Amino acid sequence: MNTRNTKVMNRFDVTSRLIAKLKHEEAVIGGIGNTNFDLWAAGHRPQNFYMLGSMGLAFPIALGVALAQPARRVFALEGDGSLLMQLGALSTIATLKPKNLIMIVMDNGIYQITGAQPTPAANVADIVAIAAGSGLANSTWAADEEDFERLVDEAMSASEPSLIAVRIDDKPGVGTTRRDPVQIRERFMHGLGVREPL
Amino acid sequence: MAIAEQQTQGSSERSWHSIVLQTLKRNEISLIPYVPDRVLTPLIKNLHADPFFTTFATAREEEAVGIVSGAWMGGRRAAVLMQTSGFATLANVLASLAVPYQIPLIMFVSERGTLGEFNYGQSLVCRTMRPVLDSLALEHHTITRLDELEFIADRSIKQAVTTQAPVALILNPLLTGGKTFDK
Repeated sequence: MNTRNTKVMNRFDVTSRLIAKLKHEEAVIGGIGNTNFDLWAAGHRPQNFYMLGSMGLAFPIALGVALAQPARRVFALEGDGSLLMQLGALSTIATLKPKNLIMIVMDNGIYQITGAQPTPAANVADIVAIAAGSGLANSTWAADEEDFERLVDEAMSASEPSLIAVRIDDKPGVGTTRRDPVQIRERFMHGLGVREPL
Repeated sequence: MAIAEQQTQGSSERSWHSIVLQTLKRNEISLIPYVPDRVLTPLIKNLHADPFFTTFATAREEEAVGIVSGAWMGGRRAAVLMQTSGFATLANVLASLAVPYQIPLIMFVSERGTLGEFNYGQSLVCRTMRPVLDSLALEHHTITRLDELEFIADRSIKQAVTTQAPVALILNPLLTGGKTFDK
């Protein structure tokens, strides 16, 4: 485990720090549950997409956006439990190498939202080692909040996809996303310049 | 079977896979994630060879559905290729992503489990496909005839895009030749 030297941070705080750095209409995909709740709580932006199900698909959805809009930076926020559902997606991303895709893993080792049960990986696996072993060489643990911000800055101009893992506490999400999937999707498409409102 | 095998193996303009490829291109569908299937091999090979398409394998079918959904929202059209058993893994993502978010998810499903299936498990998996599609009231067509393929595929793609709804195009062994025990 290489996480022992990393500070335990807070999802909402880290998410807010990310959002504060976005100046170029970067897309952000929030995974199921707390990752999109905290994305919502950090302040809605038209370039945010919130998942209401399909656990594990934040990175694949973000990959699709990144392939459709190679000039736009695309961030994906995913929990460790969700990522464990779809580890194969890391190799797909490593093969396609979209340089505009930045993956952020919020790792608390638990399924917080269902009652804080430990994930099967909690005490044995290292998310960054898994990502690197899947072919994503540019995968790093954030040591603390300042290091996280530095890694985000680096990822903004990276020439390959980046994965930043953040060790977080066991706190629930701060807000609750308005669960209106059609509006979420439509607003997101407006935010990406794909469509104009009626 | 002789006719079906000609269709599968031939590289003429009238093969099922060349019609699918041309129909995708005509409808500006350029991103093709897939989980492979023996029957789909000539289509996958020709998609890889054509620079119009970005064609790549995914580890799971639902991963491909996520990619297609993201691409659509980003303004790029995409379609997923899979086998019947792969479709059987999709109920969750169809019900929680493609349908409620109104994504025109275009699925080509190579049908195994019928018309000469030799694997009991495949035949059982196949029986789950249409009930799942029907339970979500999803549009689906089983294509058995070469002369109907272009019409069904082209119209279904256009309907999916304009109505923002998923569609499954099931490629039956009568069309493709299917997979037989001696292959």
